[in-house]
Amino acid sequence: MTQHPRSLFDKVWDAHLVATRPDGQALLAIDRHFLHEGSFHAFGMIDHAKRPVRRPELTFAVADHYVPSHSRAKPIADPEIANMVTMLEANAGRHGLRHFGLHDPAQGIVHVLAPEQGLTLPGLTIVCGDSHTSTHGAFGALAFGIGATEVSHVLATQTLWQRRPKTMRITIDGELGAHVTAKDLILAVIGFIGADGAAGHVIEYAGSAIRALSMEGRLTVCNMSIEAGARAGMIAPDDTTFSWIEGRTYAPKGALFDRAVAHWRTLPSDPDAAFDREVSLDAAAIAPSVTWGTSPETAVPVTAAVPDPGAESDPVRAGQMRKMLDYMGLAPGTRLEEVAIDRVFIGSCTNARLEDLRAAAAVLRGRRAMVPGLVVPGSVPVRRQAEAEGLDRVFTAAGLEWGEPGCSMCVGINGDLVPAGERCASTTNRNFPGRQGPNARTHLMSPAMAAAAAVTGHLTDVRKLGAR
Amino acid sequence: MDPFVTLTAPAVPLDIANIDTDQLLPARFLKKPRSAGYGNFLFHDERKPGFPLDDPAYAGARVLVSDRNFGCGSSREGAVYALVDGGFRCVVAPSFGDIFAANAAKNGLLTIALPEATVADLRRQLQETPGAAVTVDLPAQTLTGPDGQPLPFAIDPFKKECLIEGLDDVALTLRHQDAIDAFDRADAEARPWLVPGA
Ligand code: SF4
Repeated sequence: MTQHPRSLFDKVWDAHLVATRPDGQALLAIDRHFLHEGSFHAFGMIDHAKRPVRRPELTFAVADHYVPSHSRAKPIADPEIANMVTMLEANAGRHGLRHFGLHDPAQGIVHVLAPEQGLTLPGLTIVCGDSHTSTHGAFGALAFGIGATEVSHVLATQTLWQRRPKTMRITIDGELGAHVTAKDLILAVIGFIGADGAAGHVIEYAGSAIRALSMEGRLTVCNMSIEAGARAGMIAPDDTTFSWIEGRTYAPKGALFDRAVAHWRTLPSDPDAAFDREVSLDAAAIAPSVTWGTSPETAVPVTAAVPDPGAESDPVRAGQMRKMLDYMGLAPGTRLEEVAIDRVFIGSCTNARLEDLRAAAAVLRGRRAMVPGLVVPGSVPVRRQAEAEGLDRVFTAAGLEWGEPGCSMCVGINGDLVPAGERCASTTNRNFPGRQGPNARTHLMSPAMAAAAAVTGHLTDVRKLGAR
Repeated sequence: MDPFVTLTAPAVPLDIANIDTDQLLPARFLKKPRSAGYGNFLFHDERKPGFPLDDPAYAGARVLVSDRNFGCGSSREGAVYALVDGGFRCVVAPSFGDIFAANAAKNGLLTIALPEATVADLRRQLQETPGAAVTVDLPAQTLTGPDGQPLPFAIDPFKKECLIEGLDDVALTLRHQDAIDAFDRADAEARPWLVPGA
């Protein structure tokens, strides 16, 4: 009997079903549970109910959201921020969890650290109380963000109740142009399908442009799946994936690695697997992108102009566009390349890996930034390697600050805020009102584009400036 | 959590698409304990003149009617705490962020998704008759707006049961303890690489 063709998602989902209720709810086994400082509500819940952590060996705590970007020699000055970092350490310690703290040589943003340490593997189910957990899908894992109550549920049971999501395949064939990166690709996808375009769906990214991406690029793409409303984003594992994993600290070794790879090779979608929705994009048509509004779906080619709400026929939509333009301080019809910026931020779980820093440094090398800016590597190992390659000196010679790893100005809760009213060219994933600080104005873009904006002081098509 | 069965209360319209959880609860309040009163942080930075939640005409609103993709963005459950502690029991929108909707259900906050045009019409009615009440009947799965027209809505049966009974998930899951143990044993054989360093 031939088996029904299955997608990558179907295979991972089916392999983790512990129980199914008649109403369709499924109890899924969870293979990796990552925690950051925000987990204190969830620890409070299990402690209150006197429940232990069921699988401490599959649970990992990482300090990233509240850690300082500046010197770590001194204690954290703000007592509330310091408390968040120490509370995580205390909760992890009490429950016997591996904790990657402030001074750990592997410390970094959880979505940078876990792949780097070999904790993220193909075919796993991975959850974290953080919406960008979708990042880990780059390895062919089913990875998604959950809330505090669900975190407490996973801590206590190592399972989660879920309804089987729908599936959507986004195929991107062809070759990306010069200076067009994974970030531009995913911004183009979100601009095309909308900020809720994949709601209720797990996306599988496929096509030759995806296959050609490095693991770093794939992580960037899957990271922003949530900005299209997707439950998760996945990319089939291949030799690029396996060679990235091999030899990493927590990855399987020797015969166990070979056995794992043999299994991982069975995961890619069967040729006739069905998807609830299919979308295709041409990689060659994607330009370096920036957002003009307060939703990632406002991504457009940098060569475009600010759109005109007057041309929008739906009055509610037109009103919403006006509200965004008002917040962003932009006039309809302005060419985006003429928009002056006040600062740049290069960092976050979207774009703070080595490849990202290399791309930014390639544009900044031998040039000066016209505006202040902060470069924050995604992890201590990224920072060390960047320094070994001299990238830190490229940034500081250009006049930018070189920070210690963490979330930093992506969300600003460690104190790194974009001042009110300022316009920031940012490699992060969210341009929501107030995201980088009250009344901060965020334009999302790739590291090369942020570097180009730093050099000219306004939004810039990096293709015109070029790398060095 | 408080069970949710029926509710008749004033509703407030919010004509904004893509309301993200950073707007519902700005990140700087994430370090606050629940006892700090999350209701005070709700839409903290949006509270400018003309913001409907501050309009006395909508005082006492327990239902929020908004636009598509409500609750997108960050997984912070604090966004739900802010709504619940701010007095809300129900949000109506054309679509929701998945994680927000899951968090809402765990905290007794009902999310009702209805077609875009229906929700727009509901918002219009609430703008025309500020302070008007709506009635939610969860067992019957209907929402009745100011025009008295009952609108049927769909909801996941599991979610419905949990909301009506105010169920604790963990207790429910622990009834499957044997299945979980059996799964773990079989899985340890099938995927011996699962536990790092084992
Ligand atoms: S870098 Fe930004 S998006 Fe990523 S986990 Fe940290 S705060 Fe969240």
